[in-house]
Amino acid sequence: MVDSSGKPLDAPELLFHKKPSNPPIDMNIHEYQAKALFSEYGIPVSAGYPATSLEEVDAALKQLPEGAVVVKSQIHAGGRGKGTFKDGFKGGVKLAKTADEAREYAKAMLDNTLVTHQTGPEGRKVQTLYLTEACSIAHEYYLAVVLDRETAGAVIIASREGGVDIETVAEESPEKIVRVVVSPALGLRPHQVRQVAFALGFEGAAFKSFSRLLQGLYQMFWDKHAMLAEINPLITTEEGDVLALDAKVGFDDNAMFLHPELQVLRDLNEEDPKEIEASKYNLSYIALDGNIACLVNGAGLAMATMDIIKDFGGEPANFLDVGGGATEEQVTAAFQIILTDPKVKGILVNIFGGIMQCDIIARGVINAARNVQLSVPLVVRLEGTNVKEGKRILEESGVSLIAADSLADAAKKIVDAVKAAS
Amino acid sequence: MSILVNKDTRVVVQGITGKAGAFHALQCLEYGTQIVAGVTPGKGGQTFEGKVPVFNTVVDAVKETGANVSVIFVPPGFAGDSILEAIDAAIPLVICITEGIPVRDMAEVKRRLDNKDCRTRLIGPNCPGIITPGECKIGIMPGYIHKPGRVGVVSRSGTLTYEAVWQLTERGHGQSTCIGIGGDPINGTSQLDAVRMFNEDPDTDAIIMIGEIGGNAEELAAAYVKEHVKKPVAGFIAGASAPPGRRMGHAGAIVSGGKGTAEAKIAAIEEAGISMAANPSDIADALLRIYKG
Repeated sequence: MVDSSGKPLDAPELLFHKKPSNPPIDMNIHEYQAKALFSEYGIPVSAGYPATSLEEVDAALKQLPEGAVVVKSQIHAGGRGKGTFKDGFKGGVKLAKTADEAREYAKAMLDNTLVTHQTGPEGRKVQTLYLTEACSIAHEYYLAVVLDRETAGAVIIASREGGVDIETVAEESPEKIVRVVVSPALGLRPHQVRQVAFALGFEGAAFKSFSRLLQGLYQMFWDKHAMLAEINPLITTEEGDVLALDAKVGFDDNAMFLHPELQVLRDLNEEDPKEIEASKYNLSYIALDGNIACLVNGAGLAMATMDIIKDFGGEPANFLDVGGGATEEQVTAAFQIILTDPKVKGILVNIFGGIMQCDIIARGVINAARNVQLSVPLVVRLEGTNVKEGKRILEESGVSLIAADSLADAAKKIVDAVKAAS
Repeated sequence: MSILVNKDTRVVVQGITGKAGAFHALQCLEYGTQIVAGVTPGKGGQTFEGKVPVFNTVVDAVKETGANVSVIFVPPGFAGDSILEAIDAAIPLVICITEGIPVRDMAEVKRRLDNKDCRTRLIGPNCPGIITPGECKIGIMPGYIHKPGRVGVVSRSGTLTYEAVWQLTERGHGQSTCIGIGGDPINGTSQLDAVRMFNEDPDTDAIIMIGEIGGNAEELAAAYVKEHVKKPVAGFIAGASAPPGRRMGHAGAIVSGGKGTAEAKIAAIEEAGISMAANPSDIADALLRIYKG
């Protein structure tokens, strides 16, 4: 396999893994929303309607043509078809031969919790269904555009093996995958479209339909600052039409300020309430399973703090980066968010001040400790800009806390304090 | 005693009249850095802190002051264009501090940097900057933790770099130059670029490389070290405890599909004969186990 410049590629699988479950940096949307976007860009999709209640399911069924209907759970996770609901009902995507059957499936799925290999054992509550016309499938393909960190460009990935896990195809038969690197400055060129269309074996009218579809997909990817736009499967029907049977699109959160039309598509039901609250204050927070919370400035130091808590025999309860320009308000909010997690049995504040000044952190810690009923041990370690002022504020506050000097000292103190308290 | 920047470096600050730009320009001036110009479109003709002339464009600033390094504190929506402006003004070294630049903008910038006619090196974005202790600080790092010396430090993380530098300084070891390359998935200078420059610098005797999960920059640098570097090198990788599939703050810090794990990076580092720090408090000691200064 070679890329568009003829250079051999040895690690195409690197590109298939940009499908994070629910990352704070990317914004994901549902299939029905992605298909609406597809339609705007002339990408053919089968007729379909979303529904959040049984009344809306009935309305959707009336709009759809007579015949078989596919009922699809709308959650931000893959593996829906093979998933199982918590009450034992199997399959988050069901083919119904009649409208009555579709209604039965809808009833079983709506407000039920679906567990797939991407949701984790807690699963996701299905609050929206998507009902689409069933298609006669002649062949299934895979098609995606991803933003690739190594080539610093968009990469088209396609395969004749669609409707299956593409990562498995990449592993077992990488020669079945075509990969074309698109220069950001030049955009997708006609010869590149042809390269993909020929590689997938399209001919005649389907060749032209596919070419238009790929151009539309790339244009949408580029215009909307997408990180991933994936169609799995892309199909040809018995009638010879080419269309997107599924749709998965994720966007660059950094660019969402340019896209108010996409911001309204955000589904807060798909996100951890603590992470939503944190994002309001521009804090980067990720809930984990342990009992020692950390509040750190800088992503690398926050990760290292989690690592060292683990090294000393503790378990981190979260990742929390208060960032560079954090205000007293942000730090207070960070503290409050940490303390809403009932698992938290101790808190480690680790600040090395660059942009972030230690006195600001110190004031935030003191204010937060006063505002909330702090009943767990708190270890604070400050170093950097205005560190003397920061330490003075902590000492004179009268708030009960354990001061630490080095990161190792801090980690040891919080792990010991939590063990002593339990 | 350094790479890339020294006491003769002449710096232009893009975004000097903004809150972050003004604050850090002042801190750099106080450190002794030669800030010779600022750029804020529409504010040309003003003066920053009574001594630094402000220009409307980078080209004007370079023409009038001979600035040869630019540092960017422009908001994320405009920072990509600011980098391109500095490249067009043929500035040899551009340091972009801004966090949160759309990835698409950085893809465009990266292609521009890769053009054969482009002579600019970019450090960042989303980075703390670069410092040659005692001579020149360009960025947001606290100056006082550093000390002139012969250890080169390169890192994807800002505050974790300060941690390592502080450990070195406390143990009496100074730094030749410290570079923060930033936490974004698409950036200018890589771990490998920095390690190569330190390796070729006669005033650098030892190197510390601090990485984190995601991507393969550390693996590439480790392979280079194994092949070409005779100087003692120590390393640390943050994120061993991070769950896969979640981005840990930095846009580039994600383990996905089993790629970019701390385990793989640590294995590559150890395979290259680099001294691995057991935890973030052990970074300086990991170097001092193999380097006596």
